[in-house]
Parts: sequence; structure tokens; C-alpha cells
Amino acid sequence: MALSNEIIKRKLSEKFGEELTGWEEPYNMLTFSSQKDLNLKVLQFLYDDTELQFRFLTDLCAVHYPQKKGEELAVVYHLHNLVDNFRIRFKVYTDINNPDVFSATALYAAANWMERETFDFYGVNFIGHPNLKRILNVDDMEYFPMRKEFPLEDQTRLDKDDEMFGRN
Amino acid sequence: MPRPVQYNITDKPLESPIGMVEGPPGFTGEGFFASKLSDVVGLARKNSIWPLPFATSCCGIEFMALMGSHYDLARFGSERVSFSPRQCDLLMVMGTIAKKMAPIVKQVYLQMAEPRWVLAMGACASSGGIFDTYSVLQGIDQIIPVDVYVPGCPPRPEAVLDGFMKVQDLVGKESLRRRNSERYKELMESYGIQ
Repeated sequence: MALSNEIIKRKLSEKFGEELTGWEEPYNMLTFSSQKDLNLKVLQFLYDDTELQFRFLTDLCAVHYPQKKGEELAVVYHLHNLVDNFRIRFKVYTDINNPDVFSATALYAAANWMERETFDFYGVNFIGHPNLKRILNVDDMEYFPMRKEFPLEDQTRLDKDDEMFGRN
Repeated sequence: MPRPVQYNITDKPLESPIGMVEGPPGFTGEGFFASKLSDVVGLARKNSIWPLPFATSCCGIEFMALMGSHYDLARFGSERVSFSPRQCDLLMVMGTIAKKMAPIVKQVYLQMAEPRWVLAMGACASSGGIFDTYSVLQGIDQIIPVDVYVPGCPPRPEAVLDGFMKVQDLVGKESLRRRNSERYKELMESYGIQ
């Protein structure tokens, strides 16, 4: 039987009950979230279940929402069932002052570099990651450039007059 | 019709069908010619510059056009594009240099033997260009000294030829003692190169 959003939602609700929240279906893609310490349990269930078998991690990234106090950073998992060609999206939110999230590297080997990238740009601290260090930016960078409090522009330049560029 | 830029609006009549390099000023007699050594060395150097292309993006594509038969950098004595820094005279940095790439540009520069020159081609190599962002080096002159900047995004091959001729001018007129001077040492030290 082919998968559908309803089947996945029913199976997840049977297993986790009220722990899963934020059910949405933007562009028909099932999206939901959970507490951040549940992320591995949910991923493991999605991986192991003989019907769901979401065994491919398409993407893992983060989003910064500065206005959401207490859950500023969202870690987003895009999962793919290769048997039924079905995709879902799963999010966990974390406090920016305590950005610890369990690493999915034990479950998905592909998570290794994606978690390094997410750490590199957002500073999400993946607990249990084998080699959590910067992957794309220079090693001596001292901040997490995709967090919204940091300006995009290179701050080392002295020759650019902000007024001339319409900035202040 | 090519876009009118300073390289093609001034009409320059051909002096002769075959361009020849002028000899240095000197004193000629029967069976001898006396001139300054620095002029002769400069003449030899400037007409046999071996470029090392360090091409990272679209400026590199313009450079390929420059090396091709239509624009033909070989006319200027640079037939041999070398990919070994140890044998090159001119480092041509073409394209966006990310901060992570910066140590590699510097290493290539250090591997070149003196005398060496650097040409920054295009807005990105010269100043970071449109990429005013945390990951891009804001001009290669932050890590290595640059002799000639070629503006443009990307510059036309004519512009690079013009820049190359400026390099030739510098090479031809350079004093043989310049690289031993205090001022040059200070310049190198300001970049952390001893």
C-alpha cells in the first residue's frame, strides 16, 4: 500500500501521542516537530518501521528565528522513503543559549557533514557527533555567520563608507 | 562592432605589418653596441613573461579567450602559460578568492622565485567585488602585494591585454636593485613575507 500523509501521521500519533506538534502540510509535504530530546527516537522509529522506512536523509539544516524566544534555532530534517518515493519534513527547536541537539550520525551517515555545516553556520552543538568542527568556513572564524545578529558584510574593510552604500 | 572602450576608440595606425620590439637606447659603433645592462635585462624580461593563471571563476573564462587565437597573449612573449609557480614571473589572480582560498594564493606566491609580479584581474580579485560578505577575501592585496589591477566584471580580454602591457612597462623599467632595497623589504614584511 502506498504511503500517504494520513498514514504517516496516524502511525506517528499512535507511537508518540501528543509529543509531536506543529502538524502542517505546506505543498502537500507532511511537516511536524517535537521536543529536541525526542529527535533520535522519532528518527529511529521512522527509520525502523517496516511501513514507513524513511532511510534516506535528504537534507539537514537549521533556521534562525530571532523573535521566537526560547526556540530560536530550528533544526530541520528532510527524510525520504526510497521504496515509496515519499518525503517528509521533521523539525526540532532549541534555545540559542543552549543549542544542544542529539546527533543523527549513528542513524544516518549522511548527517555527518550536514551537521558539521549546521554547526559551522548556526552553532548548533550536535551531541555525539564524531568530529564536530567547521567544514566550509575558515577554521579561525569566531562566530556563526548565518545567525541573524551578524551582518552579512565583511567587517574587516575600512575603505567602504556605509553612507555611500545606503547603510548606516 | 565591439563595445567602445578606451582600448578600441583611439585609432592607432599600424606602424608595420610585423610588430618588432624596439632596442634600448645606446651607443652604436662598428661591431659593437653599448647600452645599460638594466635596459637589456628589462627588455628581455618584459618580452618573455611567463604567466601563472590562478583562475577561480568567470574572469578565468575571459582569460581563456585571451589565450586563444583571437586575442592571443602569445604575441606578448607569454606563449608559455605555466602551472608551476617556481618557473613563473607573473601571478595572474582571476576571480573571487574565498577566505579559505587565501592561504593557497599566498603559498603559490611564495613558491614563485624573485623577481615576481602580480596582476589582479577583475573586481573580485581587486576588491572582493560584489561579494561583500563574510566568506570572501576583500581583495588579494590583503595577503600579497599587487602590481596591476584590471577593473571590470569580468574585464574584456582587451582590458587584460592593457593590464598585461602595464605589467610589461613595470618589468621593463624596474631597477635591478629594487628587489634588494629597504623599501621592498618593508613592503614584503608588511605582508609577513621575509
